[in-house]
Amino acid sequence: MALLEVEDLVVQFYTEDGVVRAVDGISYEIERGEHLALVGESGAGKTVTSLALLGLIEDPGEIVGGEIRFRGRNILECSDSELRSLRGNEIAMVFQDPETALNPVYSVGEQIAEAIRAHRDVTDEQARRRTVELLERVGVSDAEHRYADYPHEFSGGQQQRIVIAMALSCEPDLLICDEPTTALDVTVEAQILELLEELVEEFETAIQFVSHDLGVVAERCDRVLVVYAGQVVERASVDDLYYDPKHPYTVGLMASIPRLGADRDRLPTIPGAAPDLIDPPTGCRFHPRCPYAESCCATREPSLVDAETGTTATPLEAAPTAHLAACHEYTGALEDGLDYDVVVSGEDEGRGESE
Amino acid sequence: MTLATYVRKRVLVSIPVLLGVTALTFSLLHLTPGDPVDAVLGFQEVDPDVRESLKAEYNLDRPVWEQYLFWLRDALVLEFGRSPITGRDVGATIADRLPYTLVLGGAAWLCSLLIGIPAGVVAAVKRGEPADEVSRIAALAGIATPNFWLGLVLLFVFSVRLGWFRVIPPDAPLLSPATLRFLILPTITLGTASAALVARLLRSSMLRELNASYVRTARAKGLPERTVICKHVLRNSLIAVVTVAGLQLTLLVDGAVVVEQVFSWPGMGRLLVGAIGQRDLPTVQATVLVVAVSVVLANLLVDIAYAVLDPRIRDER
Repeated sequence: MALLEVEDLVVQFYTEDGVVRAVDGISYEIERGEHLALVGESGAGKTVTSLALLGLIEDPGEIVGGEIRFRGRNILECSDSELRSLRGNEIAMVFQDPETALNPVYSVGEQIAEAIRAHRDVTDEQARRRTVELLERVGVSDAEHRYADYPHEFSGGQQQRIVIAMALSCEPDLLICDEPTTALDVTVEAQILELLEELVEEFETAIQFVSHDLGVVAERCDRVLVVYAGQVVERASVDDLYYDPKHPYTVGLMASIPRLGADRDRLPTIPGAAPDLIDPPTGCRFHPRCPYAESCCATREPSLVDAETGTTATPLEAAPTAHLAACHEYTGALEDGLDYDVVVSGEDEGRGESE
Repeated sequence: MTLATYVRKRVLVSIPVLLGVTALTFSLLHLTPGDPVDAVLGFQEVDPDVRESLKAEYNLDRPVWEQYLFWLRDALVLEFGRSPITGRDVGATIADRLPYTLVLGGAAWLCSLLIGIPAGVVAAVKRGEPADEVSRIAALAGIATPNFWLGLVLLFVFSVRLGWFRVIPPDAPLLSPATLRFLILPTITLGTASAALVARLLRSSMLRELNASYVRTARAKGLPERTVICKHVLRNSLIAVVTVAGLQLTLLVDGAVVVEQVFSWPGMGRLLVGAIGQRDLPTVQATVLVVAVSVVLANLLVDIAYAVLDPRIRDER
């Protein structure tokens, strides 16, 4: 049994303009210690999926279908107090913008220590000592003194280190990182990612890494889930995805990664904008932006299939390493096929140390 | 900057403000139409020799700035002279009356916070539910009711009709059970509007804070909802309320002028109204000075409360 199994998750938001299906039938699993990436544009449903794991979907949102099983137990059926003992303890989250994620009026030490006190039977002094250790571990210098400092007295990178210390304070089994470096400088980004990698290895934590940046994901993750308009369009191991992307959307995403030494003046972008989720396109949701769309794409919705065999495959039943994609190409429905080449220019490019 | 440094700085900044206040109060004497001697004499007819000797006694023959310094020196040791009407020492009169106003104002202020803060929290957390509606309507009624009217109605219903409270204060020390019991109606009268204001303000400021990311972080940590609201959200929301609560502190002094009249409460408000009616200038001067100084002090307390609640404010300026 996988550590986490998400099955047919559906999350809706009731807005004045109509019902938004932010997550529409997403399924995936994360093995113990595995690093899984959720990749897609803003508004694809990555963050909503992450918040659903913690039971933190708030009004006007609602989980209307599916199951989230963590260690076999359905989170959606947990009581409030069961959820509380899960949050921060077994599943923790690192947020996008550390500056707003920390409460400005409490010292950083107190904000970490209170998480420890909430889940462990410790004295105030023990919680404090553990907090100082954690602060040292994430690279905050002079942790003993800086315990009492307030968030605004730290730089953005240090704030994110503090948020990471907070998330790891109770040694969770699953860490959700929601675009943890988007708000930071590029140089700081590299340090934070390195720190995260070190720590999750040390704590043997599984990661759900949410990002719009395929380049960042390539180096850190084992498998990738590409999400588009609330649905999974492709799922593969990192190597398969980068060397042999199967879905036209994934290809578009990869083409828009900047590369050193590339002789192009401008980065190619995917034409059009992410679809309106109140009234999504019929058929394949990507077809209005897809350069290879044919008439069947507008009428029939493609389901996830094994890209090798073309047989329908649900992510939870298929082998974890199977390469799944939701495109009519793999059921033979497209007449002209997908006409793109993947050029691998140099062995290291787009490929990290992870195997 | 530490909290202590911040407080010291704020106190130092208050000193020029206080000097300004004393200068304005002092000039009351000269801005009043007519000869200051008339003011000192309580506008009675006396022969010219007495006038001259009074001028010398009160230093009125000296330049204005010198007069101000003399007056300031006396004011610093709470020496305000005698009232030409009652012949009593003004300082002593104020010492008698001030505690009454402080007790009434303090009780009303406390009452406005003790009712306003919980009502605001409940309204924000139960947004759109019946509790929120009830709180909204009650607050609207509270803000819209003039306090002299509310005072008269309460007095009529609970004192005259039901006989639960006395109509005038008992002849007992301020802190005796009988007097404190009498204080209930004036406190409600004076505190209602402030409580309503605090509740509405806190509700809107909490609704704004509830959407902040740090609230999600606190929930994601697995903290109980009660801790999230009362520890994380409330402290941030109170910063907006403190401004108003501080202003209310001074409004309570204003309001006391009316409410003390309705309840025959022997405080500064009644003293001031009486002194103005009788053209008792030294008493007016001293009363205005005390009120003005308390406004400055209230503002100082607000500034300090900001810094206690929000560490970011300590580092500004």
